[in-house]
Amino acid sequence: MVNNTLDKFPPVIDGKSRYNLESGKYLKVWQGPQHPGITGNMSLELIICGDEIVDCKTHVGYLHRGFEKLMERRKYIQCFPIVCRICVPEPDFNEYLFAAATEELAGIEIPERAKWIRALNLEMARLTSFLMWVGGQAGSFGMGTIGQWTVTLRDYMLDRFEELSGGRIYHMYMLPGGVRADLPEGWSAQLLDTLSLIEKTLGDVELAMMHNAVFKKRAVGLGYIDPAMVEPYGITGPNARAAGIKRDIRKDSPYLVYDQLDFEVITGTRSDAYERCRVRIAEMYQSIDLIRQILDRMPKEGPFFQKLPNVLHWKIPAGQTYLRAECTRGEYGFFVQSDGSDKPRRVCVRGPSYTHAVALMQRLAVGCNIADTAGLMVSLHTYPPEVER
Amino acid sequence: MNSLKESLSRQYNITQWKEQHRGLHFCMAEKSQARDLIGHLRDVQGFGHLVFMTAVDHIEEGCFHILYMLHNYETRQDLGVQVEISRKGESMDSIHHLWPAAATYQQEMREMFGIDFPGSPGIEENFVLEGWEDKPPMRRDFDSLEYSEKTYYPRPGRKKYDTREYMKEKLYPSEAETW
Repeated sequence: MVNNTLDKFPPVIDGKSRYNLESGKYLKVWQGPQHPGITGNMSLELIICGDEIVDCKTHVGYLHRGFEKLMERRKYIQCFPIVCRICVPEPDFNEYLFAAATEELAGIEIPERAKWIRALNLEMARLTSFLMWVGGQAGSFGMGTIGQWTVTLRDYMLDRFEELSGGRIYHMYMLPGGVRADLPEGWSAQLLDTLSLIEKTLGDVELAMMHNAVFKKRAVGLGYIDPAMVEPYGITGPNARAAGIKRDIRKDSPYLVYDQLDFEVITGTRSDAYERCRVRIAEMYQSIDLIRQILDRMPKEGPFFQKLPNVLHWKIPAGQTYLRAECTRGEYGFFVQSDGSDKPRRVCVRGPSYTHAVALMQRLAVGCNIADTAGLMVSLHTYPPEVER
Repeated sequence: MNSLKESLSRQYNITQWKEQHRGLHFCMAEKSQARDLIGHLRDVQGFGHLVFMTAVDHIEEGCFHILYMLHNYETRQDLGVQVEISRKGESMDSIHHLWPAAATYQQEMREMFGIDFPGSPGIEENFVLEGWEDKPPMRRDFDSLEYSEKTYYPRPGRKKYDTREYMKEKLYPSEAETW
């Protein structure tokens, strides 16, 4: 919030800070695009007065690959190697949503077992992504060791993904009609072992991070999100839940098999960097629990793929739809419009970072210490690739 | 949602109301009424969440459809309001006063489709593309393949294959007749 009563903040005219760089009072600093504290390829143009940020502007475009445009030139099945690349740490949500949107437009119902396997896949992706995030959050406050622990754990999860789908990062496992392959023999037991290991180490992470005096001192109060900001800024996911907003798409508009699983929406009381961290760590435990529930309750046998017509000649009836899922950062959605041809007319990806990394980040950074920018950004859990698809 | 449709129809010219699936409806609105309608949906009907904004290029009909996807957290309903505007340099009213986050979507649409939103903060600034002088790239008449070949010319000595023919001959020779 720009406070004009304080001398150090420049006057705001027509919604913009008007500072005079030549006055010697302000300094312009670029953080990124190559900076260890930046979550991916984006940069922040910071105007600082002393060590305090008085204005912030997000710049994206370093990672633009034109996925939405490229998809207009490709058949539906040829889009799958593209959609997963929209979000690197969590590609499965893209696969699921694009596959589900295609199925809805084509009028295809997938087998029950495929729904369970998809939910399993999405929860694994959530846990894997959180493991990467917690390392970044700890690292941004100078606790690099925690990042080494969690990246190792993430690698174990990637091993499970590799055994399941053949790919470590990009899986292309969920296709229209269901999933590409069945669970390998003995794989579920290995996954349960990995989960036990993660659960045990998460206890250590919590102890070393959440009870660390330096972390508490820096994270408490950093990047406070008032509940009144949630709707104007389109804030979703843990950033909103930490502010006490009880919203989770898995609970509110259940998709796949989430209505058959037992879980509560985790909320906080005051959405600052510390509280958001607490909510996310609690959601990691929740994700572990959900994976166990899915493995326990899913049908052990049955088809996992609905046969499709020749996908290279597959014309999808004209129509449009929007589907959403709860990813680690909030609402992830796909709008797909078909004109009746074999290629999508328009695909629009709604990533939560679109608002979190731009409008919200620009507002929350003002008044922060420059050394806390990285911590603030990671606490919003932003991924630039989904901003510039 | 039928009551919402009736209520909106009394004040606004709403057409092509369609239920896509449970909880998701699409409709068309007139450009002159769009900003009022969206404000009404937010303030009176409880659609407080702007999920996203985008445009679809209907080059054959010479128009863009601007889509405002709104969500009501109470009723868990989505409403996609579409507004038709001409492709020929027509601008659209900004809604950044309703949702600050809308300015980012509008900035992107100006860059990618060439649709102007006068008064939207930062609308003149680059968003993703920097120094772009070609036609807006998300328009249907922008050919990404042609641009790629023009900008990143083929390397000398590199063979070029027709993907379809190559796949037919090399990967699926036994199924070639079914293609």
